[in-house]
Amino acid sequence: MANPSGTGSELPAVSEGNLHLVTSPHVHFGWSTARIMWLVTAALLPCLAVAVYHFGPGVLAPVAGAIVGAVGTEWVLNRASRRPDTVGDGSAFLTGLLLGMIVPPGFSPVHAALGGVVAIGLGKAVFGGLGHNTFNPALVGRAFLQASFPAGMTDWSTAVARVDAVSRATPLGLLKFGDPSQFPADLATERLLAGNIGGCIGETSAAAILLGGVILVATRIASWHIIVSMLAGGALFGGLFHLAGVGPSPLFHLLSGGFLFGAVFMATDYVSSPLTHRGQWIFGLGIALLTIMIRLFGGLPEGVMYAILLANAAVPLINRATRPTIYGAKR
Amino acid sequence: MSKQMTINAEFAKGLWEHNPVLRQLLGMCPTLAVTTSAINGVGMGLATTFVLTCASLMISLLRKLIPGQVRIASFIVVIATFVTIVDLTMKAQFPEMSKSLGAFIPLIVVNCIILGRAEAFASKNNPGRAIIDALGMGLGFTASLTTLGGIREVLGNGTLFGVQVMPHQYVPWIVMILPAGAFLTLGLMLGIYNKFNHRHEEAALRAARLAAAAKGV
Repeated sequence: MANPSGTGSELPAVSEGNLHLVTSPHVHFGWSTARIMWLVTAALLPCLAVAVYHFGPGVLAPVAGAIVGAVGTEWVLNRASRRPDTVGDGSAFLTGLLLGMIVPPGFSPVHAALGGVVAIGLGKAVFGGLGHNTFNPALVGRAFLQASFPAGMTDWSTAVARVDAVSRATPLGLLKFGDPSQFPADLATERLLAGNIGGCIGETSAAAILLGGVILVATRIASWHIIVSMLAGGALFGGLFHLAGVGPSPLFHLLSGGFLFGAVFMATDYVSSPLTHRGQWIFGLGIALLTIMIRLFGGLPEGVMYAILLANAAVPLINRATRPTIYGAKR
Repeated sequence: MSKQMTINAEFAKGLWEHNPVLRQLLGMCPTLAVTTSAINGVGMGLATTFVLTCASLMISLLRKLIPGQVRIASFIVVIATFVTIVDLTMKAQFPEMSKSLGAFIPLIVVNCIILGRAEAFASKNNPGRAIIDALGMGLGFTASLTTLGGIREVLGNGTLFGVQVMPHQYVPWIVMILPAGAFLTLGLMLGIYNKFNHRHEEAALRAARLAAAAKGV
């Protein structure tokens, strides 16, 4: 399958008369970075559609802001460092979209754009661009926004609400700081699935995220090991604490906050997740444990972002610990 | 003439070429911790400059009396004397700044820049050169801290030296006055500093090559 053109790969090919040289891999799946990035973008569309339905078209403003910030930064930094333009591969667009999905519905588009600048500039470009970053760029951008604008990042009330219920605290916020008995309907499983609750733009509807997850796993873009291990870990650790009388049911843990969105779209980032399946299991279980610990014993109502960033930092170590033995080598 | 030149160079190297923060990466603890505002940077920088200059002078004067085996301990005693002077003076004259700099004034005792200059320069040079070197290093430290503090203050608080410089609609980026902002700003400053120096060095290299080629012809 030595097809130098049309496979979408950027492999160098040399042609000289009848001599035709192509570097390996010769059997290529034919998928380019751009194709993967746009497919993930497509998998995010259900979440965006549900957000527009529940919170109104106003949610498109912060999403667009984040995308403009991310893509603009990618373009400017490529220019400034005289590198080939990588805007076309869609990775910056996807980072911006992911960042836009994890800010509150009424978040300022200007601040979202700043988050996009930080995500690409400090999360990716300083390490050398796509494939060289230790941390998930969208989460780096969100961590910056969370530390910069703590009020804006926890203000769930400014959403243009179609349903009254969406303009109040998130279910996790209710559990941590409020009186859950006041709004028992907000904690119901149907609501968590449908997404008519308070929360970040893309994270509220578990059903829409699961649909995106099915697309990613069916097209083999995302590693199911990470998704399943993170969900299993959430059920296991959440369940253990629940049995011990601490915290809500494991199902609530999995469906509320950013747990599903993080498992499907954030933890599965190729660059910042482990290489081996064994490593991916450790990674997913680690994120789940950290998330549950932060939720139940930390000062914040939600901990998925910090859990994934911390696990990202441990990835080189996980990769080293789970390196497969070469066949025939002594253990 | 040439002696004048070396004195100038001795002074200038601390400001840019061997800048204690940007090139030597010494004194990172006060650099990162106290630079939440430009005025804190100035205060910390000047306090350090005073201690550095006085300590360098004393150590240079005593350099032939201090036995090599106990020199570090002797340096510390000299430095601690001047730090005590600075600490008590600031408490009396600038109580507010003394409070905001907190433990970092007494900690000047173990500031690597001062010990480094004492060990590497003052104990090997005459008092005149030691003072010039200390002043250059101290002012380079002050300039770096003020710049770092200024950037963090403008972005994290909307003010510079306490004066509102950003429009009122501006929402401060709180992260900039948190420790994370110190690391981010310092990292970016180091990147720009290195980029600038590389470009400068490349230009110098090209000029030298051109000159050599011209001579060859």
